[in-house]
Amino acid sequence: MREIVISVKNLVKKFGDFVANDNLSFVVYSGEIFGFLGANGAGKTTALRILSGLSSPTSGEVMVAGYDAKKEPEKIKKNIGYMCQKFSLYEDLTIKENIMLYGGIYGMNRSLIRERTRELLAKLNFIDYENKLISDLPLGLKQKLAFSVAILHEPKTVFLDEPTGGVDPVTRRQFWEMIYEAASRGITVFVTTHYMDEAEYCDRISIMSDGKIVALDTPANLKKRYNADTVEEVFIKIARPVAAKA
Amino acid sequence: MQKVIESIGVGKKFGATQALKDISFEVNESEIFGFIGPDGAGKTTLFRIIATLLLPDEGKMKVLGLDAITGFKELRSNIGYMPGRFSLYQDLSVEENLNFYATVFGTTVQENYDLISDIYSHIEPFKKRLAGKLSGGMKQKLALSCALIHKPRLLVLDEPTTGVDAVSRSEFWNMLAKLRKYKITIIVSTPYMDEAMKCDRVALIQDGRVLSIDTPQKIREGFSKKLFRIRAEDKYRLLIALRRYPNTNTAYPFGDSMHVTFIDNAPGDSLPGFLESEGISGVTIEESGAGIEDRFLELMNIGTTI
Repeated sequence: MREIVISVKNLVKKFGDFVANDNLSFVVYSGEIFGFLGANGAGKTTALRILSGLSSPTSGEVMVAGYDAKKEPEKIKKNIGYMCQKFSLYEDLTIKENIMLYGGIYGMNRSLIRERTRELLAKLNFIDYENKLISDLPLGLKQKLAFSVAILHEPKTVFLDEPTGGVDPVTRRQFWEMIYEAASRGITVFVTTHYMDEAEYCDRISIMSDGKIVALDTPANLKKRYNADTVEEVFIKIARPVAAKA
Repeated sequence: MQKVIESIGVGKKFGATQALKDISFEVNESEIFGFIGPDGAGKTTLFRIIATLLLPDEGKMKVLGLDAITGFKELRSNIGYMPGRFSLYQDLSVEENLNFYATVFGTTVQENYDLISDIYSHIEPFKKRLAGKLSGGMKQKLALSCALIHKPRLLVLDEPTTGVDAVSRSEFWNMLAKLRKYKITIIVSTPYMDEAMKCDRVALIQDGRVLSIDTPQKIREGFSKKLFRIRAEDKYRLLIALRRYPNTNTAYPFGDSMHVTFIDNAPGDSLPGFLESEGISGVTIEESGAGIEDRFLELMNIGTTI
């Protein structure tokens, strides 16, 4: 049996009377690539914030990387990686400085940071660029570097928020190869995205609508069940909000 | 038939960066014409030149028969422009924004209501709400209503579907298709390859250059080799193994399968045995038509080998 890295039982999150997460339950395993989908306003961001220790559940039990999201959010933050499309690296620091900074934030010691920096620069063919500013890098390289930095401390799980939006098709594939490689080493990859072709890369996906999980399975099984050729068709069939919401 | 846009060798530099290089294309009346390419390809720069908001350094841009540099005054009242970033007044209500845009263009909401009714009806129940408080999908519908309210002949939509969920995107493309009956020409940009199929013709754009212009179908047919979809339980090991197979030309992850081309244009009898010897089980191999993204990848690779 594979190790459970994320365990969510009856998660409820309310803001006043508004129920953003309505009784969510699911588990994610070690080395799994898990896609977390839903329409705008379905409650994905709220759940993601709880899973990454930034927000506390109203009720329910959430365990991430062995820690309780209610009692030990600081420990969760140290033991996960996080990357989003909009911001991940400091533009006015160099590649090397960014790596050092994140290594420090994750509490790694200096010799380990130095060793990982060297490995990382070699792996990405960045050796000659280590003193380049992030702002001088093309988007594709930034995204690849951001992912590498997010898993610099070898976390049990990494959260990716729309990781490949806007990148060219070649970079996108290199990015997914990096994700596959990380997953093959046992890192759990939790991805949110609006782009359904992205969901096809995942081992399993969940689809949220109006605060609830309305489907959770492998992409292949969902397509079979909803008689659809693509995850996009499945999504459009089941994720449409009950009423037009503003 | 009059061309709605004629771009001849348009180029634009920002300092040392060549944002656009020798861009030539034509757009016909009532066409939905898509510019498909990643961030930084030059889509926004090109759209700003078309919308008379930026001057080209080189070449000639003719829009609705007028030069985009000298004819800007007349052009602006005939173009509806929806920028990539939400640019309506966040502290005005839905209704106030729409009235404002109508007034600026010397018309009224009533006069052109039929044109927007299909789109605006989705957000009309929230017309008193501030634009800044709308969801992504709603903002997009309001921005489109405002870009249409003066009944432009050309609609310029810069990444209207970025960051919007799949349900709203699908609704948005249906709305654009319905605008055909009003003979409005639409140019639209997107980084998402699958949206190319919704356009009449598309230009694939990368690093400020046009890679290819054609109907989506013709672009797919331009793929030069036979393409195979190969699946197995362990995708990463499958990919690594395919890269080691001597007959493999290209192997890319594509969702739940690998898209693979072979030097001999066929996998060869030895592939199943090879994959088995690499410890990969449950392999399926099927020939498949290429998609827009396959062709884009191929064109990018040709570009880098030259």
